[in-house]
Amino acid sequence: MTARVELVGVRKIFNEGQPNAFRAIDGVDLSLPAGGVTVLAGPSGSGKTTLLTLIGCLARPTEGRVRLDGRDISGLPEPFLAALRRQTFGFVFQRFNLIRGLTVLENVMLPAYPLGTPHRALTRRAGALLQRLGVGHRAGAPVESLSGGEAQRTAIARALINDPTVLIADEPTANLDTALSLAFLEIVSGLRAEGRTLLLSSHDPLVREASVVDRVAELRDGRLVADRDPLAESAQ
Amino acid sequence: MTELRRTLARQRYLLDYTVASMSRRRTRNLGLLLVYVGMVFLLASVLFYSSALKHEAGLLLAEAPDIVVQRMVAGRHALIPAQHAESLRGIRGVRVVEGRLWGYHYDPAVRANYTLLVPPADDVEPGTAVIGPALARARGAGIGDVLSFRGQDGTLHPFRIAAILPQESALASADLFLVAESDFRALFGIPEGQYTDIALQIPNPREERTVAEKVLEALPDSRPILRAEMLRTYDAVFDWRSALVLLPLSGALLAFAILAWEKASGLSADERREIGILKAVGWETGDILSMKFWEGGLLSLLAFLFGTAAAYWHVFGLSAPLLAPVMQGWSVLYPDFRLTPAIDATQLLALFCLTVLPYLAATLVPVWRAAVTDPDEVMR
Ligand SMILES: Nc1ncnc2c1ncn2[C@@H]1O[C@H](COP(=O)(O)OP(=O)(O)OP(=O)(O)O)[C@@H](O)[C@H]1O
Ligand SMILES: [Mg+2]
Repeated sequence: MTARVELVGVRKIFNEGQPNAFRAIDGVDLSLPAGGVTVLAGPSGSGKTTLLTLIGCLARPTEGRVRLDGRDISGLPEPFLAALRRQTFGFVFQRFNLIRGLTVLENVMLPAYPLGTPHRALTRRAGALLQRLGVGHRAGAPVESLSGGEAQRTAIARALINDPTVLIADEPTANLDTALSLAFLEIVSGLRAEGRTLLLSSHDPLVREASVVDRVAELRDGRLVADRDPLAESAQ
Repeated sequence: MTELRRTLARQRYLLDYTVASMSRRRTRNLGLLLVYVGMVFLLASVLFYSSALKHEAGLLLAEAPDIVVQRMVAGRHALIPAQHAESLRGIRGVRVVEGRLWGYHYDPAVRANYTLLVPPADDVEPGTAVIGPALARARGAGIGDVLSFRGQDGTLHPFRIAAILPQESALASADLFLVAESDFRALFGIPEGQYTDIALQIPNPREERTVAEKVLEALPDSRPILRAEMLRTYDAVFDWRSALVLLPLSGALLAFAILAWEKASGLSADERREIGILKAVGWETGDILSMKFWEGGLLSLLAFLFGTAAAYWHVFGLSAPLLAPVMQGWSVLYPDFRLTPAIDATQLLALFCLTVLPYLAATLVPVWRAAVTDPDEVMR
C-alpha cells in the first residue's frame, strides 16, 4: 500500500498577475520515499504549509506537476481531487481544525460520510482508531473540551479513518510538550511500520532528529536548499 | 453494497450532519424559523381567508336568482310595483317570477345591520321571526324570546323568536331576520303591490343575456342584474380586500427576503471555516451543497408546515381574528361565524413556491461559491 509522491518543478504564486503577487513555492523538485517519513524543515514563511497543501490536493500548483505513483494529479478536476483527499491523503492540520459542537467520535467519522459506509461498521472503526491512539475514553466528549494532545490524536484519527496511504501533518508538535511530542513520534513510527508514507512539516529539532525520520528536506524562500538523508549521513 | 444503498446511506449521513449542525446554531436557526413561520402564517391566512370567503359567497350566490330586476328612479334603487312582474312573465325562457321583500335594519343595541327578509314561501307566522345564528348570539336571544324594533312610524313591533337558523350556511344566514310579509310591510311602510325587487329563474343559462335585454325593452326603468355579474362583483371585492392586506404583507415579504439574503450571502466565518474543513477532509462540493440543501429545505419546509397549519387554525378554527376587521368589514356580526374550510391547491402551491424556493436559492448560492474554492484557506 506504499505510495510514491513526486514533485516536478512545482511553483505556487499567490495573487498571480496582481501587484501583490507572491512566490510561495519557487520551483521544487522532490520525491518522497514511499513508506518512509519525510520532514519538511525551514524557517517561518519558507513555504512549508503551502507545499503540504499542494501535495495533499488542497490547492493546485501554479506550475509544475505533482505525481502519485507516476500519475499526474495536479491537473485533475475537483471531484477527483476530493476523492484523493478523502482516501489517499490524510491531513492533520496545524490547528487541528476539528468541528466544534460535534463529539470526538463524530469528528473522526466525518471524512467517511461521503462514502456511505454502514453506520455500525464506521462507528466501530472510528472507536478502534481512537482506542489505538489512546483517546478511546474521550469518544463521546465534545471537541471543545479536549486538551492539545487529545485534540491532536483526534485529528490523527480523523485523518486515518479512510485508511489513507499518505499521512500529512503540519507542525504536528507545535502545541505539544516534550512528552506528548515523543508520544506523537511513537504514533508516527507505528504508522510507518504499517507502510504508510508520512510527510511532516516542522521547526522542532526533536522531530527533525528523531530516529523514525528517513529524510529531512529544508525549504527557504520557497526553494529546497538542503535535502538530507539522516540514515545515509550516519552510515558515513 | 449496491450503488443505490450507498447513495441513500450517504444522504442519510448528510441529513444527520445537517440536523446536528442546525442544533449547534440553535438560537439563530430558531430565530430565523420564527420569522419565517410568521411570514408564511400571514400570507397563508390571507389566502385561506379570502378563498374561504369567496367559497361562501359562491354558495350564497348559488341559491340566488339568475336575474334580479330592480327599478331605478333618478338613478336610485326604488320599490318595484307588482304589475312589472306581470309584464315579465311573458318573456320566453323565464320560468319563475317573484317579487321579493328585503331590507336592512340598523340595531343600535348591537351596532349592526340586520338583513330583514320575507322568505319566498312566506311561512313565518305574523308576530314571530326566524333569526340567524350570529344575530341570536349578538342579542343573546333564544327561542321564545321577544325582540322589538321601532318601525318607520315610530311604533314598537315585537317579534317572538320562533326558530334560529342552523349554523352551516353561516355567511348567508348569520344576520338574517325572517318575518312575515304583513309584518315587513307594516315595519317599513311598504304598501301592498310593491316589492323590493323581482327575481327571475331562467333554466337555460345561455338565455340569460337575451332575457336581460328583453327585460330592459319591456321595462325601460328597470335594471336587470345577472348572477354572473354579482359573482364577479364579489370576486372583485374579495380580491381588492386581499390586495389591501397583501400590500403591507409584501413589505414583510421583502424584509424577509433581505433577511434571508443577509443570512445566506453573509456566510459566517464559522460556516466558511466549516465548509473548508469538510472539503479538506474529502467532502465533494456536491456533498456540501446537499448538506446545505437539506438545511435550507428542512428549515423552509418546517416553516411552511407550521405557518400554514397555524394559518389554518387561525382562519378556520378561530375565524381569523387578525384579519376579519379588514377582510369582511361590512358587518360586526360576521366575525362570530366560522368559515367552512376551503383550500385551493394551486394557491398552496403558489405559496410554497413563493416562500420555499427563493429561500433555498438565497442560501445555496453563497454556499456554492464558498464550496467551489480551494480548501487550503482553512490551513491558515
Ligand atoms: N493565500 C495566500 N495569499 C498570499 N500569500 C500567502 C497565502 N498563503 C501563504 N502566503 C504566503 O506564502 C508564504 C509561505 O507561507 P507558508 O504558510 O507556506 O509558510 P510556512 O513555512 O508554513 O510558515 P510557518 O512556519 O510560519 O507556518 C508566506 O510568506 C505567506 O505569507
Ligand atoms: Mg506553516
